[in-house]
Amino acid sequence: MKLKLLMSATAVAALGTTAVAQEMADEMTIVSWGGAYQNSQLRAYVEPYLEMHPELDVTWDERSGEAVANLRAMDEAGNITWDLVDVTAADAMRLCDEGLAMEVDFEETLAPGDDGSSVEDDFGDMLVSDCFIPQIAYSTTFGYRTDVEEWGGEVPTEICDIFDTETFPGQRSLEQRPIGNMEWALYCDGVAMEDVYDMLETDEGVDRALAKLDTIKDDVVWWTAGADTPQLLADGEVVIGSTYNGRLFSLIEEQDQPVAMLWDAQMYDLDGWIIPEGLDDATLARVKDFLYFATDTQRLADQAQYISYGPARASSAPLVTTHADLGIEMAPHMPTNPENASNSFVYAYTWWADYRDDLDARFQAWLAQ
Amino acid sequence: MSDQTASGRPESPQSPVAALPGGEVTERDQDGPMLAADGRPLKSSLARALRREKLRALALIAPLLVFIFISFVLPIADMLFRSVQNDIVADTLPRTVVALANDPLEEEGVPSESTFAQFYTDLYIAEEYKEHTRLGSRLNYEMSGISSLFRGTGRAVGRFDTDIYADQFEAADPAFEDPAAWADWMADDDIRAALPLTTDAYDAWAGIAVELDEDNPAEEDPEDIVYTSLYRDLANGAAPPAPFPQVDVSGFESVSIRELFIEEDEDWADPEVWETIRAYSSRYTSGYFLNAADMQTTPEGVELRPENERVYMTLFVRTLWMSLVITFSCILLAYPISFLLATLPARHANLLMILVLLPFWTSLLVRTSAWKVLLQNEGVINDILVWIGIVSDTNRLALINNATGTIIAMTHILLPFMILPLYSVMKTIPPSYMRAARSLGAKDWTAFWRVWFPLSVPGIGAGSILVFIMSIGYYITPEIVGGTRGVFISNRIAYHISTSLNWGLAAALGTILLVVVLALYWVYDRLVGIDNVKLG
Repeated sequence: MKLKLLMSATAVAALGTTAVAQEMADEMTIVSWGGAYQNSQLRAYVEPYLEMHPELDVTWDERSGEAVANLRAMDEAGNITWDLVDVTAADAMRLCDEGLAMEVDFEETLAPGDDGSSVEDDFGDMLVSDCFIPQIAYSTTFGYRTDVEEWGGEVPTEICDIFDTETFPGQRSLEQRPIGNMEWALYCDGVAMEDVYDMLETDEGVDRALAKLDTIKDDVVWWTAGADTPQLLADGEVVIGSTYNGRLFSLIEEQDQPVAMLWDAQMYDLDGWIIPEGLDDATLARVKDFLYFATDTQRLADQAQYISYGPARASSAPLVTTHADLGIEMAPHMPTNPENASNSFVYAYTWWADYRDDLDARFQAWLAQ
Repeated sequence: MSDQTASGRPESPQSPVAALPGGEVTERDQDGPMLAADGRPLKSSLARALRREKLRALALIAPLLVFIFISFVLPIADMLFRSVQNDIVADTLPRTVVALANDPLEEEGVPSESTFAQFYTDLYIAEEYKEHTRLGSRLNYEMSGISSLFRGTGRAVGRFDTDIYADQFEAADPAFEDPAAWADWMADDDIRAALPLTTDAYDAWAGIAVELDEDNPAEEDPEDIVYTSLYRDLANGAAPPAPFPQVDVSGFESVSIRELFIEEDEDWADPEVWETIRAYSSRYTSGYFLNAADMQTTPEGVELRPENERVYMTLFVRTLWMSLVITFSCILLAYPISFLLATLPARHANLLMILVLLPFWTSLLVRTSAWKVLLQNEGVINDILVWIGIVSDTNRLALINNATGTIIAMTHILLPFMILPLYSVMKTIPPSYMRAARSLGAKDWTAFWRVWFPLSVPGIGAGSILVFIMSIGYYITPEIVGGTRGVFISNRIAYHISTSLNWGLAAALGTILLVVVLALYWVYDRLVGIDNVKLG
């Protein structure tokens, strides 16, 4: 016990956070997405951390999808039961806006890069909110079946093939929300990538995007859960569909389905941690201690052994190796891989925070028509 | 009591004795009213006994009542109350709301300098408490873009070039540099009365210093909002008494706060922004209900939203219509089965009953997902139809991700709720009635239609109410098999609760749904009569 105390004292002193050893809580509730993603977190840094700290008891909660609503309800009830929450960048921004997530001093809380770069430099553009500690870059992109007879040997090579029902007949699956679909529709209607958001701010732009989506409306199955498209593709219900690239990776490489990736105009997004506002000192000390370890260069690179999402640190990229179970090179399957990223959208966080309510009303009304 | 009713003249002075509920019998007092054993008047004694009975009954159900009240009635009432609640604007921008109400917005709909100055104080304080972004999200429901307007300006408001006032005041009199002097002045009632804006800003700033920074205001330099307010007080002609330093501000360099805001973001010069803030500044709003009814407030008054933004009325109508269809499908399918269940010998009926209950015991999600496998384009049903040759391979039936899918799956899932009340009502119909009808010469059909069926109607009523009300609020099944044209209003409510976080709108939609159900229940009661509904 004495030794442990001494060790944690040196560790804390080494972090430079505080000179006095802080009492750390022995329990921590981590909220994540469940499934393969949570498993990658478990194997890459939660299990190793637990080995170093056997006194810690980690509880998982798999409700990241409704994190904002749940945190808001907990806050109103005055009883926050979550200690560390994995959310998308857009949700992190909303939590930050609502005062439900803690603002983080990145340089103080996180480890510098292995290559000596500062935290700000290492994460670079990924630091999109003061409350958000990025872990991975993922993308929403398309997968298509490789065995469709009606296509006569042709395969889709660019995003606009989604709208080409002549060459590529069959059902498509798209996410049941405006984000992503509106951008792709305008882009394929001839609007340059950099003008898409200016265009969407106008009524004509929205009309134009919806008119483009109208051309395939009868061929679309709308999904709401990330697992829908892989299932639809596997069952042959749809021939092309959008979903998170990690889901497609597991469909193609782990389940060996006749499906291939279409990376063109993929929609980048980030996922990472937020610390809920209002933790007690001991829990906060534990969470920070865990975060310092779990988001360092090596741990983020390790996570890429289990799932095909790109590490958020630039310094982690060279350390990405092969899949832990399949043994295949992971780099070509990353959304951040230069070959895949040659033409891509970056989720416009601030823009969608402003226009989401409005466009969603338009989109839902359009769907109901 | 029974004795009283039996005699028919309970108050009659002739009756010499009366029985109490407890069975005690007492002699009647010669002159006064009838007395119980303990000497109290019998009437009050009876009433007390009755009251005790009632209290005991109440005590027995009290745990349940309290539980329902705390865990059901209160949360629902609180949730529904959000549909009109709108405290956030008045709480976050109290000064602005007052100033805006008195501001004629003469300059092209943009507030005057003094309103902007109040807004500056409000926003500065809100930013310290991290409340401005929450307000931004709230107002963004009404006007796109306000969210980032508040977020961006909130970040900048602490750095506004208003520090010239502090510098000039300190140059004019070094006493301003002493935080303790400030604290003394602000404790003086005469000075407070003479400098209303300054007092207000100083109090707010001192609150921030104590609450958030855990500082002593008497040791910290006041922030720019205090000096800016002081300048405005003095420029308005305020004359604070000694010991407040006498400063002539007429020669001061000044800065337009209005310009500072517009410089930071030109949207602050957009009249629509101010119109939105003003329109939503009261503590209660009808905005959520208008939105839920596909309406909006415009300068010309309340009107329907443009057609391409209407969605909720469609969903309400669809929810009601599809629930009706589901209820009728359930009646059609459940009636013959219930008939069979009620008339078969017990041995066979029990087996059939288990078959009815089996899906009832299976998880709702499993059953719905099973329908997905059955109904999809490449699913079991389509495969069989193609194999038989009823439909061609290229024209497979669209049975899922539309209204058809929802109706099929929900009819199956809600079927037991129709069968069980029907069965329990039919079970009570004596078989001798049918035999009597036949012996009087009725054919099978006439006997059924004239005798059996009318007796089973209360079961249909009970089952229909159960199925209809359950399906109106259904969520999971439409979400999974409904696609876009088979979803209900509850799916939208869930969306606004968990994804868009517009809880006010969700509450308004929920309230409307509740009112519609209650209204339908009332109509049903008037048409059919709720006494005619039996669960067995």
